[in-house]
Amino acid sequence: MRDVAVVGFAQRQMPEFDGSPTCVELLVPLLAECYEQTGWTRRDVGFWCSGSSDYLAGRSFSFVQAVDAIGVIPPVNESHVEMDLAWAMYEAWIKIQTGEVDTALVYAFGKSSAGVLRRSLSLQLEPYTMTPLWPDTVSLAALQARVGIDAGVWDKAAMAEVANRSLTDAEKNEYSIRKGGSSVEELLARPMYADPLRKHDCSPVTDGAAAIVLAAGDKAREVREKPAWISGLSHFVDPMSMGTRDLTRSPSAARAAAGVDLSGVEVAELHAPFSHQELILRRELGLADDVRINPSGGALTSNPMFSGGGIRIGEAAARIWSGEISKAVGHATSGPALQQNLLCTLEGRS
Amino acid sequence: MSKQPAAVVGVGQTHHRAKREDVSMAGLCREAMDRALADANMSLDDIDAIVVGKAPDLFEGVMMPELFLAEALGAAGKPLLRVHTAGSVGGSTAIVASSLVQAGVHKRVLTVAFEKQSESNAMWALSVPLPFNMPVHAGAGGYFAPHVRSYIRRSEAPTHVGAIVAAKDRQNALKNPYAHLKNPDTTVESVLASQMLWDPIRYDETCPSSDGACALVIVDEDTAAASPNPAWIHGTVMRSEATTAAERDQVNPQASRDAAAALWKQAGITSPIDEIDAAEIYVPFSWFEPMWLESLGFAEENGGGWRLSESGATAMDGRMPVNCSGGVLSSNPIGASGMLRFGEAALQVRGAAGEHQVDGARKALGHAYGGGSQFFAMWVVGSEKPTN
Repeated sequence: MRDVAVVGFAQRQMPEFDGSPTCVELLVPLLAECYEQTGWTRRDVGFWCSGSSDYLAGRSFSFVQAVDAIGVIPPVNESHVEMDLAWAMYEAWIKIQTGEVDTALVYAFGKSSAGVLRRSLSLQLEPYTMTPLWPDTVSLAALQARVGIDAGVWDKAAMAEVANRSLTDAEKNEYSIRKGGSSVEELLARPMYADPLRKHDCSPVTDGAAAIVLAAGDKAREVREKPAWISGLSHFVDPMSMGTRDLTRSPSAARAAAGVDLSGVEVAELHAPFSHQELILRRELGLADDVRINPSGGALTSNPMFSGGGIRIGEAAARIWSGEISKAVGHATSGPALQQNLLCTLEGRS
Repeated sequence: MSKQPAAVVGVGQTHHRAKREDVSMAGLCREAMDRALADANMSLDDIDAIVVGKAPDLFEGVMMPELFLAEALGAAGKPLLRVHTAGSVGGSTAIVASSLVQAGVHKRVLTVAFEKQSESNAMWALSVPLPFNMPVHAGAGGYFAPHVRSYIRRSEAPTHVGAIVAAKDRQNALKNPYAHLKNPDTTVESVLASQMLWDPIRYDETCPSSDGACALVIVDEDTAAASPNPAWIHGTVMRSEATTAAERDQVNPQASRDAAAALWKQAGITSPIDEIDAAEIYVPFSWFEPMWLESLGFAEENGGGWRLSESGATAMDGRMPVNCSGGVLSSNPIGASGMLRFGEAALQVRGAAGEHQVDGARKALGHAYGGGSQFFAMWVVGSEKPTN
């Protein structure tokens, strides 16, 4: 395998983006930030890949206008996944591994506020028997949380602890749109939203976009003193059917964990859009007690669709660049109730 | 580490029809996948990863359908990727799948591309009104007709060349058991007598709207050794250009020319017309055959293409056989159409194309494009392992 590192990362997150659902107006400054960080121009980028959803944008081919944001004259080597930024990054990492290119810029965007997100996501379900019932994302997550509580795998206090830590850490993240920790007791006294979930157990509806820059070998060393080297990248998917899965587990997350080396990880940025899902992920990844979880505040405080997973990897990379830590893992999820999961370990070798 | 060799050892496709009401989305995909796996003499247990491709989700009315399909496609417990790059997606998906092998990450990858247009309504899906965008309301034909008119004017083409292409592809389709349209009576005269839809494109010069899927099994060198007839991948390329830019040449886009140049270089081809034995080119409207022949470098610009098509050189027994399968003009399950081109090219060099086989084909081109001619995906496959 070639040595490939994350060398650039830019993000924007907000409750409501005052612009087009293709977020072109957000992408242009994000790409500019990536050029500033790397000292490159767009001609230094060997491969481009984006992630987005047509259903979120309310139109077909929503990525087409986004491609124009790059400025693609002359034409570029470019692809798109109907997936989160983390998987766009995976496709770019694969492209670099083939030896065809040495650098890549991946980006993703989503304007969740343009519709009713929890309802839009019902269209992600099995269309013949499930979608017609319109079970929404929050209700499905609530069912999952209830299963875990009833089975004694976790309790409300553990969920509130996750939320309290996330809201406290979010105070230091300018992009978090929900912040301000208090105490487990105070959080548990707040009203129920979708029993057993309270609002702070659910990620807020977030608009946003993000971009990640990858470079191989010396190209990475030219950009950063401490590039965040990708030492492992693994992803798997589970069946969707909610009735046949053990919702207290996430086998695909466990498989992904087995595909990377998590020993020595100091920080884990976990893409858990609901508080109990962080508890599931911690168990599946077998993270030690001293691993710091989501110092960015995580998805509970800001979760732009289609970039929320990739942002976890970017946040982890930034801590390696700064020298604060030397090994981290970034996680991304997709589909209802942690159906699909990706893990990326990053290391700051000298 | 350099690029690892990869080969196609299994190709499968559905019987393409306007409405495949006998199968669900999963059933449609499995029909193609099971044929590809049988062709490769493998089962889903042998497969390391699944790559799914399709055009916009609004075509079926399901957001990211690969998630609910994961189990039916045998992806549960495996890595699953979903590619979407406009009409070129079937080609792009095959390229992403092959790159998983070329990167040395996986040994046996199954890729499937599909479209089940009858589940939703493509015309609606393409006509959602967008703020600050001029509505076209003309379908793809209305969009591309001005490009065709421009080509005819530039190249001084006689106006019956499109009909020659359409008649040829519909006759070729009769030799393809999977093709959607089977019109034995189609002739140049009957095409010219058909209804004018978007001047100069007549009804019989347009592609149908199909339900269908295509699947490929792509493997590494060691696995390919067990195959009697692997189609080795000699080159792959993807290129995209801007949608809105005044300087675009939409008749012969720079992304297409750049892609072709990069592809021929990778595959070590200096004279495409002499070295490529069969080409499967994405031709949704008949005139795109001469247009792409020029853009791809099979013929000289501004006239070489139509002269080649008019001369009969692109027929199955001609110098440069194009779309022996009947092409997009005979079957168009949009998301799968690109992969069908890539798969048909593989069938040709494997000597497995049945009645529409070009004798002794050793190198073939698979080509796909999408959007308003700004997205391109292509590959060259060969019967011999690449030397470069």
